[in-house]
Amino acid sequence: MSDFGITGYGAYVPRLRIERGIIAEAHKWMAPGLKGQAKGSRAFCSWDEDAITMAVEAARDALTGGTVAGVKAVYLASTTMPYADLQNAAIVAGAISAPEGIASSDIGHSQRAGTSGLLQALKAGEEALFIASDAPVGKPASTQEISYGAGAAAFTLGSQGVIARLVGKASVTETFVDHFRATGQKYEYVWEERWVRDEGYAKLAPAAIKAALADAGIGIEGVTHFAMPSMLRAVAEAVAKSVKFGGNIVSGLENGVGYAGAAHAALQLALALETAKPGEKILVLGFGQGADALIFEVSEAIAALPRRRGVSGAVADALATDSYMRMLSFAEGIELEWGMRAERSGKTQLTEQNRSAFQLEAFNAGQCAACETIQFPQFQFCVKCQAPRKQFRQVPLADQPARVLTSTADWLSYYPAPPLYCGFVQFDNGARLLMEMVDVGPKGIERGEALRMVYRIKERDRVRGYNRYFWKTTPVAAG
Amino acid sequence: MATGIKDKVAILGMGCSKFGERWDAGSQELMAEAFEEALADAGIERKQIDAAWLGSCMDAVNIGNSAIPASTALRLNGIPFSRVENMCATGTEALRGAAYAVASGAVDIAMAIGAEKLKDTGYGGLPPPFKGTFNDMWMPMASAPAGFAQLADGYRAKYGISKEDLKRAIAHVSWKSHQNGVHSPKAHFQKAVSMETIMNAPMISDPLGLFDCSGVSDGSACAIVTTPEIARALGKKELVTVKSLQLSISSGQETAMNAWDGSYVPNTRNAAARAYKEAGISNPREQISLTEVHDCFSITELVTMEDLFLSEDGQAVRDYLDGVYDASGRIPCQIDGGLKCFGHPIGASGLRMAYEIYTQLLGRAGARQLKAPSLGLTHNLGGVPYLGIAGISILGLL
Repeated sequence: MSDFGITGYGAYVPRLRIERGIIAEAHKWMAPGLKGQAKGSRAFCSWDEDAITMAVEAARDALTGGTVAGVKAVYLASTTMPYADLQNAAIVAGAISAPEGIASSDIGHSQRAGTSGLLQALKAGEEALFIASDAPVGKPASTQEISYGAGAAAFTLGSQGVIARLVGKASVTETFVDHFRATGQKYEYVWEERWVRDEGYAKLAPAAIKAALADAGIGIEGVTHFAMPSMLRAVAEAVAKSVKFGGNIVSGLENGVGYAGAAHAALQLALALETAKPGEKILVLGFGQGADALIFEVSEAIAALPRRRGVSGAVADALATDSYMRMLSFAEGIELEWGMRAERSGKTQLTEQNRSAFQLEAFNAGQCAACETIQFPQFQFCVKCQAPRKQFRQVPLADQPARVLTSTADWLSYYPAPPLYCGFVQFDNGARLLMEMVDVGPKGIERGEALRMVYRIKERDRVRGYNRYFWKTTPVAAG
Repeated sequence: MATGIKDKVAILGMGCSKFGERWDAGSQELMAEAFEEALADAGIERKQIDAAWLGSCMDAVNIGNSAIPASTALRLNGIPFSRVENMCATGTEALRGAAYAVASGAVDIAMAIGAEKLKDTGYGGLPPPFKGTFNDMWMPMASAPAGFAQLADGYRAKYGISKEDLKRAIAHVSWKSHQNGVHSPKAHFQKAVSMETIMNAPMISDPLGLFDCSGVSDGSACAIVTTPEIARALGKKELVTVKSLQLSISSGQETAMNAWDGSYVPNTRNAAARAYKEAGISNPREQISLTEVHDCFSITELVTMEDLFLSEDGQAVRDYLDGVYDASGRIPCQIDGGLKCFGHPIGASGLRMAYEIYTQLLGRAGARQLKAPSLGLTHNLGGVPYLGIAGISILGLL
């Protein structure tokens, strides 16, 4: 058996949630039938979240107690990458301080990207970080809008401390077009659910499962956890039944997350790993123009894995929101009147971005070797003793504990999620800077409140289609 | 050893346009208004001006770069004319240029003019700031009130003041300025406003409501300066001279180190200490007759009183509520209405403040005239409290 596999996992789900009843209520005048799907809540991206930012947060969770130093490749799987020609995985790699010599690649174009990508990375057999991150967007008043969600899961792969080994695998490829979204199209086009269920999931998934079981040399009774993502309700249960699976069907995360596209299988695998015991096997499926089936065997090392947020932690870290219009606006489903202030140019000087990447990408403060002051941003001379910058030691701030020193809620600035909370953030290590504070609940934010850093879109340049990313801060305790 | 410019520069004449929503006027017209008044007050012809400084801040909605738009508007041909910009301290910066030119002996008569046309934006408030290609990469895209509102948290925490008490004190700041604005014919807002209205106004940036924010106005102000000797030779009997002119600019210590607690503005303290020294003022509370300070937001004015050493640290709330800075108080502040009511055309503001001090010192202030003032202080705060520019001038009778 190969001594290579998953060595850690992590997850992220946007804090923002909305009860599906609120979505159904908004569309009741023209689609009263949505009420039947109005169960539980779904996650949605804030205006400054996307597949890249969620990937960074999931990767950071996966690296809990570990280091990115040994990683040789970063893979990002998604169907909602912000860029068509600009490697999304490279932006993620920069944010997590991945070593300079790493390989990186994007995998997309199918709901199956999450499992296909993971399979590729496992086959490659070198230390890697694999992330699946997706925020599929449904057309307003569609079944997709109400059932979809957003999230990301990440896995570290390697040979040291393997918690789950791939023991069986199979893929089936068929151009079964249950839905599609052409390049440049905002929304997908979806065929009848009953046909997708009966001719798609019900036929392709069992074929892949059967082949994977054969590859692993086991029967279905050898599998403990069955993780199958589906855009449609109750499909996983039906497929499990058809292959005579009698064990644990991993939650479809319908409540609190919603169907998270290419990231969904990865989220379910991460969720299964939270409770799986050594020796147990997890079957993970991916569906889209065929199917992937991956069978993992959990190893003893899982007991020693440092505690992390994981899927359960991310789902629990919720901020309930009350307005369908907010979600619609964040998803760019409606053009609101933001006033003339919104006309401000959001252009990014790519030259400056490149020059300042050493401190902005991974949020590095500089520590002066002469007086030890930790400072951000890093200008040419130490803020305290004026010693030159070239002797600064780089101190990443992303995981440093910090608190609110001062703050305000700004209703005047153009901001896509008003009010704009901003204020001074005081790090325990002495660094201090003015930061944007996001995902603040209705109670607001108070001096002394504990904060954590999050990677977000700093500026959306809608004219040129460029997102500029930077770090923001959010209360440790949601809501 | 430098001795400063105390009494080396006299104000020969000043002018100030009507401030407000001047739909009828661009920067050129506003400058002409202030310039014509200053020229008449000085009793000279434009050809006697040897050098000039223009203060104008906002690039987005204004006259454009350089001093050419001003030299063209005022038809000042062939003289050295510079445009200066130092955010909200721009007007004071222009005065500083002109005063230093005279004090150095480089010229006999110099002019400072500041102007800003803000009401060509199409919306209320200031245009969103451009902070530079690097700073825009990481700084929050917050408004000016959001920057100044940070002082409220820091100040409350340091002195253990409740949100309600601070809100009432800063409301008094604006209330007092509105009371004063009534008697200020060139002011943008000349209407008294009740405490209740101020306290209940819509929130702009917590805890700053609409009435905690200064007016966004069009306007221009102008000063013509010379030496006291030349002023006398030109027939001036009562002279207002520059006692001190100081600037202090942050190097980023407040924002990047943790010594600053958010309750005060270090630059104002630096500039004030130097200004008092240059002017030979040892006890500002007793010696300063009136102030025109940078009340861009009410919280700024409150904190400024401590930073100018006029209130004891932690006592500004009490002093405001006790009326120390009211028109009838010990050291009246914003007797012309301040930025709050006179208005805040950025490039003109420092010179507008000097105009009021000059007017008061010469006893020309009409219904708002204070009794026998002898020394007045102007204060500008550019940028934000934690990364900014403090400009102070002290003017007095010679």
